[in-house]
Parts: sequence; structure tokens; C-alpha cells
Amino acid sequence: MLLEVRSLSTAYQGLLAIQDVSLSVAKGEIVVVAGANGAGKSTLLKSIAGMERPRAGEVVFDGARIDGLPGHLITARGIAYVPENKRLFPRLSVADNLRLGRYLYRGEPDADGPLERVFALFPRLKERLPQRAATLSGGEQQMLAIGRALMTRPRLLMLDEPSQGIMPKLVDEIFSAIETIRAAGVTILLVEQRLAESLSIADRAYVLQTGRLILTGPAATLRDDPEVRRAHLGI
Amino acid sequence: MTTQALAQVLASGLLMGLIYALIAVGLSLIFGLMDVVNFAHGEFLMIAMYATFGLVLATQLDPVVLMPLVAALLFALGGASYLGVVRFAMRAKANQGMVQIFATFGLAILLQGVAQYLFTPDYRNVQNTWLGGRTLEVGGVFLPWPQIFGAVVSLAAFGGLHLLMSRTDFGRALEATREDQGAVALVGIDRNRVFALGWGLGAALVGLAGAVLAVFYYIHPQVGASFALIAYVTVALGGFGSVAGALVAGVIVGLVEAFTAVILPPALKSVGVYALYLAVVFVRPQGLFGRL
Repeated sequence: MLLEVRSLSTAYQGLLAIQDVSLSVAKGEIVVVAGANGAGKSTLLKSIAGMERPRAGEVVFDGARIDGLPGHLITARGIAYVPENKRLFPRLSVADNLRLGRYLYRGEPDADGPLERVFALFPRLKERLPQRAATLSGGEQQMLAIGRALMTRPRLLMLDEPSQGIMPKLVDEIFSAIETIRAAGVTILLVEQRLAESLSIADRAYVLQTGRLILTGPAATLRDDPEVRRAHLGI
Repeated sequence: MTTQALAQVLASGLLMGLIYALIAVGLSLIFGLMDVVNFAHGEFLMIAMYATFGLVLATQLDPVVLMPLVAALLFALGGASYLGVVRFAMRAKANQGMVQIFATFGLAILLQGVAQYLFTPDYRNVQNTWLGGRTLEVGGVFLPWPQIFGAVVSLAAFGGLHLLMSRTDFGRALEATREDQGAVALVGIDRNRVFALGWGLGAALVGLAGAVLAVFYYIHPQVGASFALIAYVTVALGGFGSVAGALVAGVIVGLVEAFTAVILPPALKSVGVYALYLAVVFVRPQGLFGRL
């Protein structure tokens, strides 16, 4: 397993946002974590990325424990995290945001290595290089956030609601980009409310409800499960 | 006022203003980076002046040659101040702003006390310098060489800082940390490292200013206070956090001070500067280039 989360619990001001969550992601998989607003999906990703300190449990990445490590070291280990609010550097240009992504490889001759791949994935970014990140549309900002994350050369890419606040046409573009990224060898852990779309690209899925895992299985099984269809897909 | 006298006031004000800008820029840089006002900024200047004095005594070299060494020492002092004091102040769970003020204020008192203990309250000055006492005459306007040198150092420092901020990966990391210190970990940047280097850089800049001032100003444990006040006015006028603002505001403060000295008795030469500060607070509290 590339990523293993064991009995993870994280609290905000004494309230448990996730409780006893265990999941695993194998190399090359797309795994989706679904659930309603406030189910703890974002907290789960933050706890893995080192932006929240878990109260209990373990996070093991590539055989080594990473829980409790500061965020920048977790990025350096090969986990890139695109948060829900993207956290771009709004006053800096698109080019500077991408250049910051290669910070860990600064000074190396091929520091810009993944850049061509990012442009192939999102050609719009190439047209917007001198623009301030704040002036991009929601969809372009999401592309830039994913592009910046790819510049850190992750083995695991964690995306929090990449379809949020984006025009429907761009949502398809983002989802197909995720499949392309996986095809290039990057493992994906995806958090989404759009269960139908995400199950269509995912291998496996977990469903969170009020901080606990309630369902897990192959994406195809969950997609066809009448219970899931009724409760979570609204079909 | 004759044209010549006017030119004299303008030139003196400009030269001193560029030195004020150099004194202030480190304060603005640190504030912009992490929203912390360093109340020990004047004491950093004082330490830099004593460092220049001590190094001149020890090596018998000219302060001009020793300037890089003073800047390096102050870089270490700035970095250590962050790692040893400010970093812990920032962990305060409540009233963080107050904790930071008192932490850096405490650092200021400590540095003053240490200087008083080690160097005594006596006034010192650096003697036998290559620049000391010389003046340049241009068309009846007299310009002291130490101030000319200080102004040139200031412009060079601002130029270098601009290149560092705009062209290097470290500069970009600094800008990114200013923007969103919580997000830089996403690209693998250790913000504590950036903060420590930022404090080092800010202190090194005031170190340059101290080395320049030591050539033509008396050195004593309280020397930082008066310059620090001018630095706060400069930073407020330029806009807290703005590097370009510090440069422009420094020159304005220098000119205002020079003109006040002509109009009012010399003992009141600071009045103009503080009146300017009040005007800024009332009319444009965010300063000329501020982002508030």
C-alpha cells in the first residue's frame, strides 16, 4: 500500500471531526472519499497532509509514518495536496505560482521537468502565465492549483472537491485530467460530493458520514448499490 | 532663501533620507513577511554601530571594508532573534499580537542592557576613517562624504533587495510566505526557515545602515531609539510591509527633516517628521504603498 491510514481521529476545539478512520490507497489507484458536507472529508485530507494534527491514529506513507510531521516535509516525501480553497498565491503570477511548485527542486537542472506535462494537461495555463492568479476564473484556478501540485512531483495527489465552483464544462475537463494524471503514474486520493462522476473514474470508494466510515468497496459495486444510489446519488 | 541654500537643504535631506530608508526597510520587510513589528529594530541598529566600532578597533581596518562583516553579524542576530524569541511568541494561543509586541520590546531592553553593561553608557565614535570629516563641494553645496557613501550603499541595497525578491527562488518563497504563510508547506517550503532568513535579511539591512551611521554619528546604548522612531514614521508613511514604500518615504522624511531644520530652531528639527506622521495617520493610515 502506498498510503495507509489507521484509526485516525482529529478534533477541532474538542469536537471530533473524524473518528477512527482507516483507509488505504494502493499505488496507481484512484480512490474517492465521498460524503455530505461536514462529514469530515476535508479534515481527513488535512490530517494526512500535516495541516491538522491528528489526535490519535497513524498515517503511513510508503512504509514510513508521517503523522506529526510538519506539512512541508510531507510534501517533500511525495504527497501533494490541493485544498478545497486551493490556497494559490493570489498576487503572484501564474508563472510564479508554478515556479513555487518546483521549490523542492530549485537549483537542479531539470527543475522545470513536469512543466511541459502541466501545459499539455491544461493548455490554458500557458496562455495565462503573466496574469495574477487572483484574476483567473474558478476553473483556471483549479487547474493552476493542480498544476502547482504536480510541479512538486508527487507520488500521491490528494484533491479536495476539485469540481467545486466550476462551470459544468470544465468539470469534465478536470475529471479527465485526473485520469490522465493517474495514467502518468500518480496515485490519486479524491474527495468529492459529486459521487456519480467520481465513481465513474475511481477504482474504489469510501463513504464518510459524520466523521466515521460507513461504506467501502469497489467503485463499480457502490455505483450499482441501490442503497448508495438512493442515499448518496439521488437516483 | 537663495537657490544655493535650497539646493543645500535638498541635497542634505536626500542623502539623509536615503539612509533613513535603509534603516527602515528591514522593519518593513519583516512586518510584511509576518505581520510582526520588531520593537528591537533600533537596538539592531545600535548593535551594528557598536559592531562597526569594535571591529575597527580590533582590526584597524576602515569601516567601509568591514561593512559586509557587520551585515553578516546582524544577519545572524536577526535569525537568532526569530528562532530564539519571536518563534515562541508566535505560538501564543491568546493575544498573540500583544505577546509579539512584548517579546520584541523585551528583546530591545535586553540588548540595550547588554550594550550598557559591556560598552558603558559613554559616547563613542569611530575615528580615523577614510570617509570621516571629508566633504564634497558641488557649486557651493557641501556634501559630507559619509552621507554620500551611505546614500550610495542604500541605493545599492535597495537594488540588490529588488533583484533578490524578483529573480530568485528565495525571493519568490519570501513573497509566497507574505501572501499565505499557511500555504507554502503545500509546495514544500518550511515557513520557519523563510521567517528566520527574513529576520536575518531585515537585520542585515539595518546592519548596513548601522555601519554607515557609525562613521558620522555618536554611538551609545540608546542611539537606536531616535532612529527607530524615524524608522516607524518612515514605514508608516511608506505603507507597512512595502519595500518600495520604505525607499520613497525615507527620502520624504529626510527632506521634511532638512526643511524643518531650516524653518524651526535646530532643536525642533524632528517636529516636522512627527507632524508628517500625524498627517499620515489621519489622512492615509495605510501609507503611500500600503495594502491595508
